[in-house]
Amino acid sequence: MAAIAFENVSKRFGAVTVLDGLSLEIAEGEFFTFVGPSGCGKSTVLALIAGLERPSGGTIRFDGQLVNDLAPHERDVAMVFQSYALYPHMSVAENIGFPLKLRGASARDTARAVAEVAARLGIDALLERRPRELSGGQRQRVALGRALVRRPRVFLLDEPLSNLDARLRLEMRAELRRLHAEYRITTVYVTHDQEEAMALSDRVAVLQAGRIEQCGEPLELYREPANLFVAGFVGSPPINALEATLFPDLELPCGARAADVLVGLRPADVAVSRDPAPHALTGEVLLCEPTGEGLWVVGLTRGQRVTGRAKFTEPLPPGSAVHFEYAPARLYFFDRTTGRRLR
Amino acid sequence: MTRSGRYVGVLLVALYCLAPLAWQLLTSLRPAGELTTLPPLLPTRFTLEHYVSALTGHPFARMLLNSFIAAGAATAVALAFGSAAAFALTKMRARRVGLLLAIVLATSMFPPIATVSPLYLVINALGLRDSLAALILTYASFALPLAIWVLANFLRQLPDELYAAARVDGCTPLQAFWRVVLPLAMPGLTATGLLVFIVAWNEFLYALTFTATERSRTVPVAIALFPGLHEIPWGEIAAASLVVTLPVLVLVLRFQRRIVAGLTAGAVKG
Amino acid sequence: MKRLRPLGERPAVFLAPAVAVLALVTLFPILYVLWLSLQRYSLIGGAPEYAALDNYVRLLGDARFWNALGNTLYFTAVSVALEVALGLGIALLLAQAFAGRGAMRAIVLLPWAIPTVVAARMWEWMYNGDFGVINYLLGTAINWLGNPYWAIHAAIAMDVWKATPFVALLLLAGRLAIPPDLYQAARLDGAGPWRLFRHITWPLLRPLLLIVLIFRTIDAFRVFDAIYVLTGGGPANTTETLSIYAYKVLFQTLEFGYGSALAVVVFVCIAAITAVYVRLLQRTVL
Repeated sequence: MAAIAFENVSKRFGAVTVLDGLSLEIAEGEFFTFVGPSGCGKSTVLALIAGLERPSGGTIRFDGQLVNDLAPHERDVAMVFQSYALYPHMSVAENIGFPLKLRGASARDTARAVAEVAARLGIDALLERRPRELSGGQRQRVALGRALVRRPRVFLLDEPLSNLDARLRLEMRAELRRLHAEYRITTVYVTHDQEEAMALSDRVAVLQAGRIEQCGEPLELYREPANLFVAGFVGSPPINALEATLFPDLELPCGARAADVLVGLRPADVAVSRDPAPHALTGEVLLCEPTGEGLWVVGLTRGQRVTGRAKFTEPLPPGSAVHFEYAPARLYFFDRTTGRRLR
Repeated sequence: MTRSGRYVGVLLVALYCLAPLAWQLLTSLRPAGELTTLPPLLPTRFTLEHYVSALTGHPFARMLLNSFIAAGAATAVALAFGSAAAFALTKMRARRVGLLLAIVLATSMFPPIATVSPLYLVINALGLRDSLAALILTYASFALPLAIWVLANFLRQLPDELYAAARVDGCTPLQAFWRVVLPLAMPGLTATGLLVFIVAWNEFLYALTFTATERSRTVPVAIALFPGLHEIPWGEIAAASLVVTLPVLVLVLRFQRRIVAGLTAGAVKG
Repeated sequence: MKRLRPLGERPAVFLAPAVAVLALVTLFPILYVLWLSLQRYSLIGGAPEYAALDNYVRLLGDARFWNALGNTLYFTAVSVALEVALGLGIALLLAQAFAGRGAMRAIVLLPWAIPTVVAARMWEWMYNGDFGVINYLLGTAINWLGNPYWAIHAAIAMDVWKATPFVALLLLAGRLAIPPDLYQAARLDGAGPWRLFRHITWPLLRPLLLIVLIFRTIDAFRVFDAIYVLTGGGPANTTETLSIYAYKVLFQTLEFGYGSALAVVVFVCIAAITAVYVRLLQRTVL
């Protein structure tokens, strides 16, 4: 297990800058997630940690040891790939035992370690199968087993759940948490799914265009987004970003002018009702999405879309008049041009 | 096209391809006395006398062995060197891959007649004339572009993530090549090996030039220079040529799918 | 995703053996033969002596060279044209669904796979003027290989037999790679067999057709084995191609200087043919 330190790390492919001055420390035993839209550079971060790419600038250290120039096999990291990358010509047992075999473990030790990790992952009945005979979820577990069997210093996961169906994804999420609690291996996780990031991680870094927009614990990102991008990326449905001029008597921080400010308002903090209220935007219904306990109501208020939550379950017909009630204390203010949060 | 018309067409194609071989087979089984009489098309009786005299009257077994050694060793060398190069070109961070592949392809266009005279001088100078080593090296070299090209096309279809996974799991590049990439490239290796073997087995110009005696002479040369005291021994030639064709025949019937896959991997995707 | 570039790789190490062999046994001889072509050098006449372009000048005035060049061009043009036309026909025939396509593929592969020397011997026997089956079947009494008019055509017929399958198999693979949806869509639009060929098969097969043409042209231009066995260049040099002539000069008269110049001409012609085709190919594909 190792702590990982990035200092001013950058990566360029020809003229394209994929990572730009990344500085960050991941603590020993932490479950750390990089989240961001596709093309933000998050997979490149993993490749750099694994030694599958060389940084163009800056340093990467494991426990203080510089690893910039170490080949993958000299780093003792393990990785689960998006496609799982199981070896098609090896059985499940051979796949899982492969890293140990490479390290010169005896056949007996290998067999014991494979059996143990397979039991923990619930795939001990599949050891003689070939990867092509397995379901997606089973392949996923084999890939995890192959990575965990040697208890690496660092455990990397590149969008490991993106090829699973929704139900299996929830199950594997719980499994990953459990494995992390059990093994306490420093884990770096990459996903484009903010919900997954929030559910799994000790800390999350939101990446966009090769830069960290914000790094912190999941709740911190949700409650105190540093800018409009993070506010928009974290939370579902995404935050409402509204013109400040919609709100009658706002007290804007730092003496900003309403015209320069966007107001962020989480849908979960907006109560939809049919009756007027003191702090409310009036509008009409565009569509309703039932959630079971209530509704997400998407409406239009003075030409802008706003989403809120209704306690009642009976959908409103499009065009009905409604009120989107908000708590003034739950408003976020962002600079319209830079996206920076104003407080 | 109507159904029956199609079958007539297919039959004609089969007949066109097989008739010369069939005639050769008939010739090889025809009694010596009937070789110079037509009709009848079919011999009055079948005999193996031509096979017996072809195989015993000449050092034919030795030349078959020479052919096997030369083609086999050249195939081994071409596969070993070719797969390593194809691996570097498709899976590693080699530079100027396009240029290298273009050069490889260009060398395969070189006419053998252009390299045969300098190679002859070099081989003589090294004292390798009339040795199998000279043939093996030459065959390996002219088969290499084909091997690299076909194997590169096969390896390109292997996911890069498998190689990356092998490296992260602890493989050195050589181990990743040997334990992961090569086993997965087996179909490609088979196809390439078959192509290279057939091409080397059939080679004539270099063999004609570099060999002098049965020590290294291969079968195609033997058949081309088949000795005849007074007249050409057509029956023996027919028997001998069918014997040389036999290995190729077996390979083609057994592996036709693989061979065609190899041939087309070079052209269709290239 | 772009290709990853794991650290600790030395691609040069993996490339080195192949590059070394190619450099030693292919590239170096090409340079050597260029040098030889500039020498006055006979294997029985002592050390090579620099002769500038003498060999090439001699070549310009050598009627036998021009004859060989003409034979080579004729042989190449006629046999490649026949092979491609016939091969395309066979490919389209075999592309139709029918039982036993696998067996047909093996049968068609056979002429390609048997040694050229063997094929030439087979045809030599069939061409035999006195006892040959061809004369018997045609009811003729032609001395195919001994007659100056017929000999080159006999060689072409043999080459066509040997090489057409290769063309057919490649084109068959290309034809089967065309998505069937295209044909179905066109049929729904009311296209008949000719239009299907003209507007789908032909345009989509054309790049591959060009590649096949490159392969075949180069192979036919450097033809050696078949003619060496079949006629040895005769009668009266009517079948003598450049490779055969160069070989005779090199290894029968042992004039390595002049023979090398002839070999260089073959090399240059093939390079030029390739360049023209690659141009065409780029225009077709891009």
